[in-house]
Amino acid sequence: MKYSIKVPCCKSKLKTIRSFVDDTLGQYIISDIDLNMLVLAVDEVCANLIVHADKENHLSEECIVLNILVRKNTIVFEVIDFKDHGFDFSNYQEPKLDDLIKSRRKGGLGLMLVRRIMDDVEFKTTNSLNVCRMVKKMPVVNA
Amino acid sequence: MINITKESEKNIHIIKVEGDVDAASSIYLDKAISEALSLGQKRVLIDCNQLEYISSAGLGVFMSYIQDFENSDSRFVLFGLSDRVAGVFEILGLDQLLTIVKTKEEALIRVSNEI
Repeated sequence: MKYSIKVPCCKSKLKTIRSFVDDTLGQYIISDIDLNMLVLAVDEVCANLIVHADKENHLSEECIVLNILVRKNTIVFEVIDFKDHGFDFSNYQEPKLDDLIKSRRKGGLGLMLVRRIMDDVEFKTTNSLNVCRMVKKMPVVNA
Repeated sequence: MINITKESEKNIHIIKVEGDVDAASSIYLDKAISEALSLGQKRVLIDCNQLEYISSAGLGVFMSYIQDFENSDSRFVLFGLSDRVAGVFEILGLDQLLTIVKTKEEALIRVSNEI
């Protein structure tokens, strides 16, 4: 099954995205804690895109598309945005928690969470289309 | 949607967080903790009984004050986390770096004993 939503690129829409993931996967037998983790991972990726869009002042024109593909033993999430630059995952180095604490930084945890929650995370850019594809391997059964 | 209320009981400052702490709302949590520190509060409790969701933005707020609370010899305790919220703290091991207890009574004992 494939489920999709398109939302404007603004922080106030994060709740809409979370509710969509919650409602969509709520149709399947997934524990409350696991479901919250999946919602969190999607929220983190979308928040990252939106925060950068905020900085660039493109608020109302840009949108994010979220696709959820539910298969028998896998859930695939695709977060698509249409900016002209993508996230360079190959150069990403995970920060150390101690360093973040010492420097009193508030950011830097989002991608760490995503990598721990999902089994596979990849970012691809083709023709001004940035796709973050996250895969979670888990048995999926209708509720 | 987030709602933050503050109250004081016998030199103990309690910040009650209700709703979702995400990239849009974490600024309000940040402000409440920053105000408590700037007022010189030495015992700060965070009531999470009505906290429904937290993302990295909220975790980052708590994390960014660990050093300040240590430096000012203050005590900072979170209580009342649901299993799903507690799970988010556990992913990165933040539950080991912050003081998290189940009930308000336990939290009051922790801050009262330690100063």
